[in-house]
Amino acid sequence: MIPAPFDYVAAESATHALDLLDSLGDDAKLLAGGHSLLPMMKLRLATPAVLIDIGRLTELIGIRADGDDLVIGAATPHAAVAASDLVRADAPLLAHSAAQVGDPQIRHRGTIGGSLAHADPAADLPMALVALGGRVDLVGQGGTRSVAADDFFTGFFETSLEPGELIASVRVPRHPGAAWGYQKFVRRANDWAIVGAAAINGRIALANMGPTPLRARAAEQALAEGASAAEAADLAAEGTEPGEDVHADRDYRRHLARVLTRRALEQRT
Amino acid sequence: MQVEITVNGQQRTDDVEPRLLLVHYLREVCGLRAANVGCDTTSCGACTVLMKGAGEGGGGTSVKSCTVLAVQANGRQVTTAEGLAPAGELHPVQAAFRQEHGLQCGFCTPGMVMAAVGLLSENPDPTEAEVREGLEGNFCRCTGYHNIVRAVLAAAASGSGAAEDRDGAAEQERAEVGA
Repeated sequence: MIPAPFDYVAAESATHALDLLDSLGDDAKLLAGGHSLLPMMKLRLATPAVLIDIGRLTELIGIRADGDDLVIGAATPHAAVAASDLVRADAPLLAHSAAQVGDPQIRHRGTIGGSLAHADPAADLPMALVALGGRVDLVGQGGTRSVAADDFFTGFFETSLEPGELIASVRVPRHPGAAWGYQKFVRRANDWAIVGAAAINGRIALANMGPTPLRARAAEQALAEGASAAEAADLAAEGTEPGEDVHADRDYRRHLARVLTRRALEQRT
Repeated sequence: MQVEITVNGQQRTDDVEPRLLLVHYLREVCGLRAANVGCDTTSCGACTVLMKGAGEGGGGTSVKSCTVLAVQANGRQVTTAEGLAPAGELHPVQAAFRQEHGLQCGFCTPGMVMAAVGLLSENPDPTEAEVREGLEGNFCRCTGYHNIVRAVLAAAASGSGAAEDRDGAAEQERAEVGA
Protein backbone atom coordinates (compact mmCIF):
# COMPACT_ATOMS: atom_id res chain seq x y z
CA MET A 1 0.00 0.00 0.00
CA ILE A 2 1.38 3.36 -1.04
CA PRO A 3 0.26 6.70 0.38
CA ALA A 4 -1.18 9.30 -2.00
CA PRO A 5 1.46 11.79 -3.14
CA PHE A 6 2.40 14.59 -0.77
CA ASP A 7 5.12 17.16 -0.25
CA TYR A 8 7.52 16.74 2.65
CA VAL A 9 9.14 19.46 4.72
CA ALA A 10 11.53 18.75 7.59
CA ALA A 11 10.77 21.49 10.12
CA GLU A 12 13.84 23.29 11.47
CA SER A 13 12.17 24.21 14.76
CA ALA A 14 8.79 24.08 16.44
CA THR A 15 8.29 27.72 15.44
CA HIS A 16 9.04 26.81 11.83
CA ALA A 17 6.51 23.97 12.05
CA LEU A 18 3.89 26.37 13.42
CA ASP A 19 4.58 28.87 10.62
CA LEU A 20 4.19 26.09 8.06
CA LEU A 21 0.95 24.93 9.69
CA ASP A 22 -0.28 28.52 9.64
CA SER A 23 0.46 29.03 5.96
CA LEU A 24 -0.60 25.58 4.74
CA GLY A 25 -3.76 25.20 6.83
CA ASP A 26 -5.78 22.01 6.65
CA ASP A 27 -3.68 20.60 3.81
CA ALA A 28 -0.79 19.90 6.17
CA LYS A 29 -0.28 17.29 8.85
CA LEU A 30 2.48 16.97 11.41
CA LEU A 31 4.65 13.86 11.19
CA ALA A 32 6.72 12.59 14.11
CA GLY A 33 7.18 8.80 14.34
CA GLY A 34 4.41 8.30 11.80
CA HIS A 35 3.13 5.13 13.43
CA SER A 36 -0.47 6.32 13.51
CA LEU A 37 -0.45 8.67 10.53
CA LEU A 38 1.43 6.59 7.95
CA PRO A 39 -0.83 3.53 8.33
CA MET A 40 -3.83 5.82 7.79
CA MET A 41 -2.15 7.37 4.76
CA LYS A 42 -1.35 3.94 3.33
CA LEU A 43 -5.03 3.06 3.63
CA ARG A 44 -5.85 6.46 2.09
CA LEU A 45 -7.91 7.32 5.16
CA ALA A 46 -5.71 10.40 5.38
CA THR A 47 -4.42 12.24 2.32
CA PRO A 48 -2.56 15.33 3.50
CA ALA A 49 -0.97 17.44 0.78
CA VAL A 50 2.06 18.24 2.94
CA LEU A 51 3.78 16.45 5.81
CA ILE A 52 5.70 18.62 8.23
CA ASP A 53 8.29 16.42 9.92
CA ILE A 54 8.82 17.37 13.57
CA GLY A 55 10.27 13.98 14.49
CA ARG A 56 13.85 15.19 14.69
CA LEU A 57 13.32 18.39 16.64
CA THR A 58 15.43 17.98 19.76
CA GLU A 59 13.39 20.68 21.50
CA LEU A 60 10.43 18.26 21.35
CA ILE A 61 12.37 15.22 22.57
CA GLY A 62 13.42 14.40 26.11
CA ILE A 63 12.25 13.85 29.65
CA ARG A 64 12.81 16.17 32.61
CA ALA A 65 11.49 16.88 36.07
CA ASP A 66 9.80 20.25 36.54
CA GLY A 67 8.82 20.69 40.19
CA ASP A 68 6.01 18.27 40.94
CA ASP A 69 5.66 17.25 37.30
CA LEU A 70 7.51 15.14 34.78
CA VAL A 71 7.63 16.80 31.38
CA ILE A 72 8.01 14.58 28.33
CA GLY A 73 8.68 16.10 24.93
CA ALA A 74 5.95 15.26 22.45
CA ALA A 75 8.31 13.59 19.96
CA THR A 76 9.85 11.30 22.59
CA PRO A 77 9.50 7.68 21.42
CA HIS A 78 7.62 5.18 23.59
CA ALA A 79 10.79 3.11 24.07
CA ALA A 80 12.56 6.11 25.64
CA VAL A 81 9.62 6.77 27.98
CA ALA A 82 9.48 3.10 28.95
CA ALA A 83 13.24 2.91 29.61
CA SER A 84 13.62 6.24 31.41
CA ASP A 85 14.83 5.85 35.00
CA LEU A 86 13.08 9.10 35.86
CA VAL A 87 9.72 7.94 34.50
CA ARG A 88 10.08 4.48 36.01
CA ALA A 89 10.77 5.99 39.43
CA ASP A 90 8.34 8.92 39.45
CA ALA A 91 5.53 7.82 37.10
CA PRO A 92 5.79 4.02 36.85
CA LEU A 93 2.28 3.70 35.43
CA LEU A 94 3.34 5.85 32.46
CA ALA A 95 6.54 3.84 31.92
CA HIS A 96 4.51 0.62 32.03
CA SER A 97 1.89 2.01 29.67
CA ALA A 98 4.54 3.11 27.14
CA ALA A 99 5.99 -0.41 27.29
CA GLN A 100 2.57 -1.87 26.37
CA VAL A 101 2.23 0.04 23.09
CA GLY A 102 2.42 -2.26 20.05
CA ASP A 103 5.75 -4.08 19.91
CA PRO A 104 9.43 -3.13 20.23
CA GLN A 105 9.76 -1.85 16.66
CA ILE A 106 6.65 0.31 17.05
CA ARG A 107 7.93 1.66 20.37
CA HIS A 108 11.21 2.66 18.73
CA ARG A 109 9.36 4.96 16.32
CA GLY A 110 5.97 5.89 17.78
CA THR A 111 5.88 8.98 19.99
CA ILE A 112 3.89 9.98 23.06
CA GLY A 113 2.59 13.17 21.43
CA GLY A 114 1.63 11.31 18.29
CA SER A 115 -0.34 8.72 20.20
CA LEU A 116 -2.21 11.39 22.18
CA ALA A 117 -2.94 13.50 19.10
CA HIS A 118 -4.23 10.42 17.28
CA ALA A 119 -6.57 9.87 20.27
CA ASP A 120 -7.53 6.28 19.63
CA PRO A 121 -9.81 5.42 22.58
CA ALA A 122 -8.37 1.88 22.58
CA ALA A 123 -4.76 3.06 22.88
CA ASP A 124 -2.55 2.81 25.96
CA LEU A 125 -1.23 6.32 26.47
CA PRO A 126 -4.52 8.24 26.34
CA MET A 127 -5.88 5.97 29.08
CA ALA A 128 -2.68 6.33 31.10
CA LEU A 129 -2.72 10.11 30.85
CA VAL A 130 -6.33 10.25 32.03
CA ALA A 131 -5.59 7.90 34.93
CA LEU A 132 -2.57 9.96 35.92
CA GLY A 133 -4.41 13.28 35.73
CA GLY A 134 -1.78 14.51 33.28
CA ARG A 135 -1.85 17.51 31.00
CA VAL A 136 -0.99 18.24 27.39
CA ASP A 137 1.00 21.42 26.75
CA LEU A 138 0.06 22.95 23.41
CA VAL A 139 1.75 25.68 21.44
CA GLY A 140 0.31 27.74 18.61
CA GLN A 141 0.69 31.16 17.00
CA GLY A 142 -1.32 32.64 19.85
CA GLY A 143 0.99 31.24 22.53
CA THR A 144 0.85 28.24 24.78
CA ARG A 145 -1.91 26.56 26.75
CA SER A 146 -2.12 23.53 28.93
CA VAL A 147 -5.11 21.19 28.70
CA ALA A 148 -6.02 18.60 31.33
CA ALA A 149 -6.23 15.04 30.03
CA ASP A 150 -9.93 14.89 30.97
CA ASP A 151 -10.59 17.82 28.60
CA PHE A 152 -8.11 16.94 25.86
CA PHE A 153 -9.99 13.99 24.39
CA THR A 154 -13.24 15.33 22.94
CA GLY A 155 -14.50 12.51 20.72
CA PHE A 156 -13.66 9.46 18.64
CA PHE A 157 -10.14 10.26 17.35
CA GLU A 158 -10.81 13.91 18.25
CA THR A 159 -8.97 16.21 20.60
CA SER A 160 -9.11 19.84 21.65
CA LEU A 161 -6.05 20.58 19.50
CA GLU A 162 -6.93 23.60 17.37
CA PRO A 163 -5.83 23.97 13.75
CA GLY A 164 -2.35 25.47 13.81
CA GLU A 165 -1.44 24.05 17.22
CA LEU A 166 1.02 21.33 18.07
CA ILE A 167 1.69 19.32 21.20
CA ALA A 168 4.93 20.53 22.72
CA SER A 169 5.03 18.26 25.72
CA VAL A 170 3.10 16.00 28.02
CA ARG A 171 3.02 16.65 31.75
CA VAL A 172 2.28 14.09 34.45
CA PRO A 173 2.35 14.52 38.22
CA ARG A 174 5.30 12.84 39.92
CA HIS A 175 4.10 10.23 42.35
CA PRO A 176 6.94 7.96 43.45
CA GLY A 177 5.58 5.11 45.51
CA ALA A 178 1.97 5.55 44.37
CA ALA A 179 -0.12 2.38 44.19
CA TRP A 180 -1.13 1.57 40.64
CA GLY A 181 -2.49 -1.20 38.46
CA TYR A 182 -2.72 -1.63 34.69
CA GLN A 183 -4.83 -4.13 32.79
CA LYS A 184 -5.37 -4.54 29.09
CA PHE A 185 -7.37 -7.28 27.40
CA VAL A 186 -6.23 -8.17 23.89
CA ARG A 187 -6.92 -11.11 21.65
CA ARG A 188 -3.61 -11.02 19.75
CA ALA A 189 -0.04 -9.92 20.43
CA ASN A 190 0.54 -6.20 19.75
CA ASP A 191 -3.16 -5.46 19.28
CA TRP A 192 -5.17 -2.59 20.73
CA ALA A 193 -7.11 -3.14 23.92
CA ILE A 194 -10.58 -4.60 23.56
CA VAL A 195 -10.96 -2.93 26.96
CA GLY A 196 -8.29 -1.51 29.25
CA ALA A 197 -8.29 -0.28 32.84
CA ALA A 198 -5.64 1.75 34.67
CA ALA A 199 -5.85 2.65 38.33
CA ILE A 200 -3.63 4.87 40.42
CA ASN A 201 -4.46 5.71 44.00
CA GLY A 202 -8.20 6.45 43.78
CA ARG A 203 -8.37 7.31 40.07
CA ILE A 204 -9.52 4.83 37.44
CA ALA A 205 -9.41 5.26 33.64
CA LEU A 206 -10.85 2.96 31.01
CA ALA A 207 -9.80 2.38 27.39
CA ASN A 208 -12.22 1.53 24.60
CA MET A 209 -15.37 1.93 26.69
CA GLY A 210 -16.58 4.88 24.63
CA PRO A 211 -15.38 7.36 22.03
CA THR A 212 -12.66 8.70 24.36
CA PRO A 213 -10.69 7.30 27.29
CA LEU A 214 -12.98 7.66 30.31
CA ARG A 215 -12.84 8.00 34.07
CA ALA A 216 -14.80 5.31 35.90
CA ARG A 217 -16.28 7.93 38.18
CA ALA A 218 -18.90 5.81 39.93
CA ALA A 219 -16.22 3.31 40.88
CA GLU A 220 -13.87 6.10 41.99
CA GLN A 221 -16.59 7.56 44.20
CA ALA A 222 -17.35 4.19 45.75
CA LEU A 223 -13.66 3.73 46.53
CA ALA A 224 -13.54 7.15 48.13
CA GLU A 225 -16.48 6.14 50.30
CA GLY A 226 -14.66 3.05 51.50
CA ALA A 227 -15.89 0.35 49.13
CA SER A 228 -13.66 -2.66 48.50
CA ALA A 229 -11.92 -3.09 45.16
CA ALA A 230 -14.49 -5.69 44.12
CA GLU A 231 -17.44 -3.52 45.19
CA ALA A 232 -16.06 -0.46 43.40
CA ALA A 233 -15.20 -2.45 40.28
CA ASP A 234 -18.82 -3.58 39.99
CA LEU A 235 -19.62 0.05 39.13
CA ALA A 236 -16.84 0.45 36.55
CA ALA A 237 -19.14 0.32 33.51
CA GLU A 238 -21.71 2.78 34.94
CA GLY A 239 -22.46 5.54 32.48
CA THR A 240 -20.34 4.08 29.66
CA GLU A 241 -21.60 3.60 26.11
CA PRO A 242 -18.99 1.30 24.57
CA GLY A 243 -19.05 0.54 20.88
CA GLU A 244 -19.56 -2.87 19.33
CA ASP A 245 -17.27 -4.56 16.85
CA VAL A 246 -16.06 -7.96 15.72
CA HIS A 247 -14.19 -8.42 18.99
CA ALA A 248 -16.89 -7.64 21.52
CA ASP A 249 -20.46 -6.52 21.94
CA ARG A 250 -21.53 -3.87 24.43
CA ASP A 251 -22.36 -6.23 27.30
CA TYR A 252 -19.09 -8.08 26.95
CA ARG A 253 -17.16 -4.80 27.05
CA ARG A 254 -19.04 -3.79 30.21
CA HIS A 255 -18.19 -7.16 31.72
CA LEU A 256 -14.53 -6.67 30.82
CA ALA A 257 -14.53 -3.18 32.32
CA ARG A 258 -15.72 -4.58 35.66
CA VAL A 259 -13.28 -7.48 35.66
CA LEU A 260 -10.26 -5.45 34.50
CA THR A 261 -11.02 -2.63 36.94
CA ARG A 262 -11.15 -5.12 39.80
CA ARG A 263 -7.84 -6.62 38.69
CA ALA A 264 -6.25 -3.19 38.31
CA LEU A 265 -7.46 -2.13 41.75
CA GLU A 266 -6.27 -5.36 43.32
CA GLN A 267 -2.95 -5.03 41.54
CA ARG A 268 -2.23 -1.72 43.29
CA THR A 269 0.47 -2.16 45.91
CA MET B 1 13.60 14.90 -2.77
CA GLN B 2 17.27 14.07 -2.36
CA VAL B 3 18.17 11.79 0.55
CA GLU B 4 21.51 10.68 1.91
CA ILE B 5 21.23 7.35 3.64
CA THR B 6 24.02 5.04 4.76
CA VAL B 7 22.86 1.56 3.85
CA ASN B 8 24.92 -1.32 5.21
CA GLY B 9 27.87 0.99 5.72
CA GLN B 10 27.75 2.62 2.29
CA GLN B 11 26.57 6.17 1.97
CA ARG B 12 24.17 6.71 -0.91
CA THR B 13 22.49 9.72 -2.40
CA ASP B 14 19.18 9.11 -4.11
CA ASP B 15 16.28 11.11 -5.43
CA VAL B 16 13.06 9.76 -3.95
CA GLU B 17 9.41 10.63 -3.85
CA PRO B 18 8.41 11.67 -0.33
CA ARG B 19 5.84 8.88 -0.26
CA LEU B 20 8.40 6.15 -0.96
CA LEU B 21 8.45 3.73 1.96
CA LEU B 22 11.81 2.71 3.37
CA VAL B 23 11.16 -0.95 2.54
CA HIS B 24 10.55 -0.08 -1.13
CA TYR B 25 13.62 2.14 -1.12
CA LEU B 26 15.72 -0.75 0.17
CA ARG B 27 14.23 -3.34 -2.19
CA GLU B 28 13.75 -1.35 -5.37
CA VAL B 29 16.25 1.51 -5.23
CA CYS B 30 19.09 -0.27 -3.39
CA GLY B 31 18.29 -3.74 -4.75
CA LEU B 32 18.41 -5.28 -1.28
CA ARG B 33 15.69 -7.89 -1.05
CA ALA B 34 16.18 -9.27 2.47
CA ALA B 35 13.55 -7.03 4.05
CA ASN B 36 10.24 -8.48 2.91
CA VAL B 37 6.87 -6.82 2.57
CA GLY B 38 4.59 -9.09 4.54
CA CYS B 39 1.45 -7.59 6.03
CA ASP B 40 2.30 -4.01 5.01
CA THR B 41 0.42 -2.86 8.15
CA THR B 42 3.13 -2.63 10.86
CA SER B 43 2.12 -6.00 12.27
CA CYS B 44 4.21 -8.88 10.95
CA GLY B 45 7.77 -7.55 11.19
CA ALA B 46 9.02 -9.19 7.98
CA CYS B 47 10.32 -5.76 6.90
CA THR B 48 12.31 -5.15 10.11
CA VAL B 49 15.66 -3.38 9.66
CA LEU B 50 17.93 -1.48 12.03
CA MET B 51 18.00 2.31 11.86
CA LYS B 52 20.43 4.58 13.64
CA GLY B 53 20.36 8.33 13.85
CA ALA B 54 23.34 10.64 13.59
CA GLY B 55 25.14 10.73 16.91
CA GLU B 56 23.46 7.61 18.27
CA GLY B 57 25.61 4.77 19.51
CA GLY B 58 25.34 1.05 18.83
CA GLY B 59 24.08 -0.60 15.71
CA GLY B 60 20.69 1.09 15.65
CA THR B 61 17.22 0.09 16.77
CA SER B 62 14.77 -2.21 15.04
CA VAL B 63 12.06 -0.53 12.96
CA LYS B 64 9.39 -1.76 10.57
CA SER B 65 10.47 -0.34 7.25
CA CYS B 66 6.93 -0.54 5.81
CA THR B 67 5.99 2.24 8.23
CA VAL B 68 8.96 4.53 7.78
CA LEU B 69 9.33 6.90 4.85
CA ALA B 70 12.66 6.88 3.05
CA VAL B 71 12.80 10.63 3.71
CA GLN B 72 12.58 9.91 7.45
CA ALA B 73 15.77 7.86 7.10
CA ASN B 74 17.58 10.80 5.50
CA GLY B 75 20.93 11.31 7.24
CA ARG B 76 20.63 8.03 9.09
CA GLN B 77 22.23 4.60 8.91
CA VAL B 78 20.15 1.60 7.93
CA THR B 79 21.26 -2.02 8.27
CA THR B 80 19.51 -4.89 6.53
CA ALA B 81 20.18 -8.61 6.88
CA GLU B 82 22.57 -8.32 3.90
CA GLY B 83 24.75 -6.00 5.96
CA LEU B 84 25.07 -8.10 9.10
CA ALA B 85 28.13 -10.05 8.02
CA PRO B 86 30.60 -10.02 5.13
CA ALA B 87 29.50 -11.94 2.03
CA GLY B 88 29.75 -15.68 2.55
CA GLU B 89 29.78 -15.38 6.33
CA LEU B 90 26.99 -15.54 8.86
CA HIS B 91 26.34 -13.19 11.74
CA PRO B 92 26.17 -15.20 15.01
CA VAL B 93 22.41 -14.67 15.15
CA GLN B 94 22.07 -15.97 11.58
CA ALA B 95 24.31 -18.94 12.43
CA ALA B 96 22.19 -19.69 15.50
CA PHE B 97 19.00 -19.64 13.40
CA ARG B 98 20.58 -22.22 11.09
CA GLN B 99 21.95 -24.32 13.94
CA GLU B 100 18.64 -24.36 15.83
CA HIS B 101 16.46 -24.72 12.74
CA GLY B 102 14.83 -21.37 13.48
CA LEU B 103 13.24 -21.12 10.07
CA GLN B 104 11.17 -23.11 7.62
CA CYS B 105 9.91 -21.17 4.59
CA GLY B 106 12.25 -18.30 5.44
CA PHE B 107 9.95 -15.39 4.64
CA CYS B 108 9.89 -14.00 8.17
CA THR B 109 13.54 -14.84 8.81
CA PRO B 110 15.34 -11.63 7.76
CA GLY B 111 12.96 -9.58 9.91
CA MET B 112 13.18 -12.08 12.73
CA VAL B 113 16.99 -11.97 12.64
CA MET B 114 17.09 -8.16 12.54
CA ALA B 115 14.63 -7.94 15.44
CA ALA B 116 16.76 -10.45 17.36
CA VAL B 117 19.97 -8.53 16.67
CA GLY B 118 18.24 -5.37 17.87
CA LEU B 119 16.94 -7.14 20.95
CA LEU B 120 20.38 -8.55 21.87
CA SER B 121 22.02 -5.16 21.45
CA GLU B 122 19.57 -3.76 24.04
CA ASN B 123 19.56 -6.84 26.25
CA PRO B 124 22.57 -9.13 25.62
CA ASP B 125 21.45 -11.77 28.12
CA PRO B 126 17.67 -12.08 27.85
CA THR B 127 15.48 -14.65 29.57
CA GLU B 128 13.25 -16.84 27.42
CA ALA B 129 10.28 -14.65 28.35
CA GLU B 130 12.20 -11.53 27.33
CA VAL B 131 13.03 -13.11 23.96
CA ARG B 132 9.38 -13.96 23.39
CA GLU B 133 8.28 -10.46 24.33
CA GLY B 134 11.14 -8.92 22.37
CA LEU B 135 9.99 -10.73 19.22
CA GLU B 136 6.34 -9.83 19.77
CA GLY B 137 6.42 -7.70 16.64
CA ASN B 138 7.48 -10.55 14.35
CA PHE B 139 5.16 -13.24 13.08
CA CYS B 140 6.19 -16.67 11.85
CA ARG B 141 3.41 -18.63 10.16
CA CYS B 142 5.14 -21.97 9.69
CA THR B 143 7.94 -23.07 12.03
CA GLY B 144 6.33 -21.66 15.12
CA TYR B 145 8.34 -19.83 17.68
CA HIS B 146 10.09 -22.48 19.79
CA ASN B 147 13.12 -22.91 17.57
CA ILE B 148 13.35 -19.19 16.88
CA VAL B 149 13.42 -18.46 20.61
CA ARG B 150 15.97 -21.24 21.08
CA ALA B 151 18.13 -19.71 18.34
CA VAL B 152 18.08 -16.26 19.94
CA LEU B 153 18.94 -17.74 23.33
CA ALA B 154 21.78 -19.73 21.72
CA ALA B 155 23.13 -16.59 20.08
CA ALA B 156 22.95 -14.78 23.42
CA ALA B 157 24.66 -17.67 25.23
CA SER B 158 27.50 -17.64 22.70
CA GLY B 159 28.00 -14.03 23.78
CA SER B 160 28.99 -13.20 20.25
CA GLY B 161 25.72 -11.68 19.12
CA ALA B 162 26.21 -8.45 20.99
CA ALA B 163 29.97 -8.40 20.54
CA GLU B 164 29.64 -8.87 16.81
CA ASP B 165 27.10 -6.09 16.72
CA ARG B 166 29.50 -3.74 18.48
CA ASP B 167 32.25 -4.71 16.05
CA GLY B 168 29.85 -4.10 13.17
CA ALA B 169 28.97 -0.71 14.55
CA ALA B 170 32.61 0.20 14.99
CA GLU B 171 33.33 -0.93 11.45
CA GLN B 172 30.41 1.12 10.22
CA GLU B 173 31.72 4.17 12.05
CA ARG B 174 35.21 3.65 10.62
CA ALA B 175 33.74 3.38 7.15
CA GLU B 176 31.84 6.59 7.77
CA VAL B 177 34.87 8.65 8.62
CA GLY B 178 36.65 7.12 5.65
CA ALA B 179 39.31 5.42 7.80
